Amino acid sequence: MWEYTDKLKDHFFNPRNVGEIEDPDGVGEVGSLACGDALKLTFKLDKNGRIKDAKFKTFGCASAIATSSVLTEMIKGKMLDEAAKVTNRDIADYLGGLPEQKMHCSVMGREALEAAIENYRTGGKKKHELEGNVVCTCFGVTDKEIERVIRENDLTTVDQVTNYCKAGGGCGGCKGEIEKIIEKVQGEKVKEVPAPLLRRAGKLTNIQKIQMIQQTINEQIRPALRAHGGNIELIDVDGNKVIVAFRGMCAQCRLTEFTMKDVVESKLREFVSDDLFVEEDKDSAGQPHNHIG
Amino acid sequence: MKTIYFDNNATTKMADEVLQEMKPFFCQLYGNPSSMHTFGGQVGRRIRHAREQVAALLGCDPSEIIFTGGGTESDNAAVKGTLAATPNKRKVITTRVEHPAVLAVCRDLENHGYTVVEIGVDKEGRLDLAELENQIDDNTALVSIMYANNETGVVFPIDKIAKFVADKEVVFHTDAVQAVGKIPLNLAKSNIDLLSLSGHKLHGPKGVGALYVRKGTRISPFMLGGHQEGGRRAGTENVPGIVGLGKACELAAENIEQENKKVRRLRDKLENAMLENCPDSRLNGDKKNRLPNTTNISFEYIEGEAILLMLDKYGICASSGSACTSGSLEPSHVLRAMGVPFTAAHGSIRFSLSRYNTEQEVDYTIEIMPQIVNQLRELSPFVAKQSRF
Repeated sequence: MWEYTDKLKDHFFNPRNVGEIEDPDGVGEVGSLACGDALKLTFKLDKNGRIKDAKFKTFGCASAIATSSVLTEMIKGKMLDEAAKVTNRDIADYLGGLPEQKMHCSVMGREALEAAIENYRTGGKKKHELEGNVVCTCFGVTDKEIERVIRENDLTTVDQVTNYCKAGGGCGGCKGEIEKIIEKVQGEKVKEVPAPLLRRAGKLTNIQKIQMIQQTINEQIRPALRAHGGNIELIDVDGNKVIVAFRGMCAQCRLTEFTMKDVVESKLREFVSDDLFVEEDKDSAGQPHNHIG
Repeated sequence: MKTIYFDNNATTKMADEVLQEMKPFFCQLYGNPSSMHTFGGQVGRRIRHAREQVAALLGCDPSEIIFTGGGTESDNAAVKGTLAATPNKRKVITTRVEHPAVLAVCRDLENHGYTVVEIGVDKEGRLDLAELENQIDDNTALVSIMYANNETGVVFPIDKIAKFVADKEVVFHTDAVQAVGKIPLNLAKSNIDLLSLSGHKLHGPKGVGALYVRKGTRISPFMLGGHQEGGRRAGTENVPGIVGLGKACELAAENIEQENKKVRRLRDKLENAMLENCPDSRLNGDKKNRLPNTTNISFEYIEGEAILLMLDKYGICASSGSACTSGSLEPSHVLRAMGVPFTAAHGSIRFSLSRYNTEQEVDYTIEIMPQIVNQLRELSPFVAKQSRF
């Protein structure tokens, strides 16, 4: 059970400003049904450019609904420039705090507000588009967005980033990249975390090499495939040739633009040895896969 | 406010009769059943009696029952104990919709060199039996398939599966935590080798369970120490828990038929009214082969956690397969395995009933639910323009 503040519950059970403004000056739409939450924000300005009215429609959990409701209250009566300064922190603070895992709801509120303001400033023509390069393909989060939540909320771990913008919360394949972004933004603030596997200098014995390959598959590769309903099995190691079999790939997987073989190869080279190359086991290729209906 | 408890697949209210049986074993009959004195020895007799009560419900011999610390322990013991006793076979077959107590154990085995095959299900949550049959080979040490699914209530044809697994001379385990007490069992006539059950799912106490081990099934001991439970599960017995579990099984055996009839009628009434009165709602899972107490319904365009919180305001307890309730960002693995679209999985609600639910509770919920659904849909940006998705 989530620990929600009384203020949050009040805004969930009695949401303010529900609906859509007809003929609005700005419209912001973020999220989707598939992601589990979505928000449509509309506002109308008065003659002086002050937000006269704001309304929302939200699909999502209690905290998504409450943050949307609070957002409309916060921006009503504000000049557009003032409203543009509202951060996700402000929204969360206004509610008396949000559970850590729900911080992404406050970020969704801020994103919708920005999208609506942008929509107004481009004369209602421009629809909100993602800026930067997509890092998390599961939830469509860009590097720019990740950098921003890190900066605005002083985040130092990947788990925190996931709580704030969902990035890394699906297959987990982008966690390494998120870590790099955290390091870039936060510099020395990030504590040194020892790498899970120590890279061995010098020549490996065959036994050491095979053990490290198995360990890398277990710790670095399988969890990401698992999250997509897939799997990998180490069949054999022959010199520098690593023979693997892929199983049960998830039909809903969005990571189809690159071959799994390349991913596995790059991980093995990163953690074990640059000389390794990967081959898919032909004998097991014909085995039935667990496709999702 | 009165609590209306429709979350009996999570846990159940302990029967008052069970509590009365347990009470003397805390402060009066506190002896250790392993002791030589009469004071302890009389406790040992009560454990024997409890073993008989459990065996009677399952239709097996009392010597085939090992008491454990719960369903999860039974599952862990069954899987790991079997593999330890079969060191030359390195393949395990299970399903994509298993409870984590089995699934997480199997997935961990992959890190220890085992091949794990997860059999898929169709849109109704029915198992792909052809694939199961194809996958069993000489290297297979264990097949572990749940009796009934905790989220959808879908019941698998376990007797049939156990038969063809046995024909291939592979050990068969079933996690029957949701089935025991709801589905009549006669293990003496089945080919099931190992079966897990949990006390608190059938109106018994929490922290106690049992593992049925068919005579002749090879399983390594899974808790080493003293000689309790025939040396297979060491540790001083949870006497009150075991006594309580025994009583809970006795009650279930006595009442299973009439209770199922009552619970099924209430469940059907609740389910039919929901599907009728709430537009854009759909049932998840095979309607025919289902536990009598469970219904899992998706309400499109709204989110499960929000529905639960609204229900909570009226004192109604249920659960959801939505991402926000799972503690992760993705919805239930069971609904995903069934290919339920994400949009419907996010709005899924499970109601699970028990012998203690009443007609009035069902009627009240039938009245409240459409209001909640309408209220949340008024907030939803997807209702007015469904064409977008």
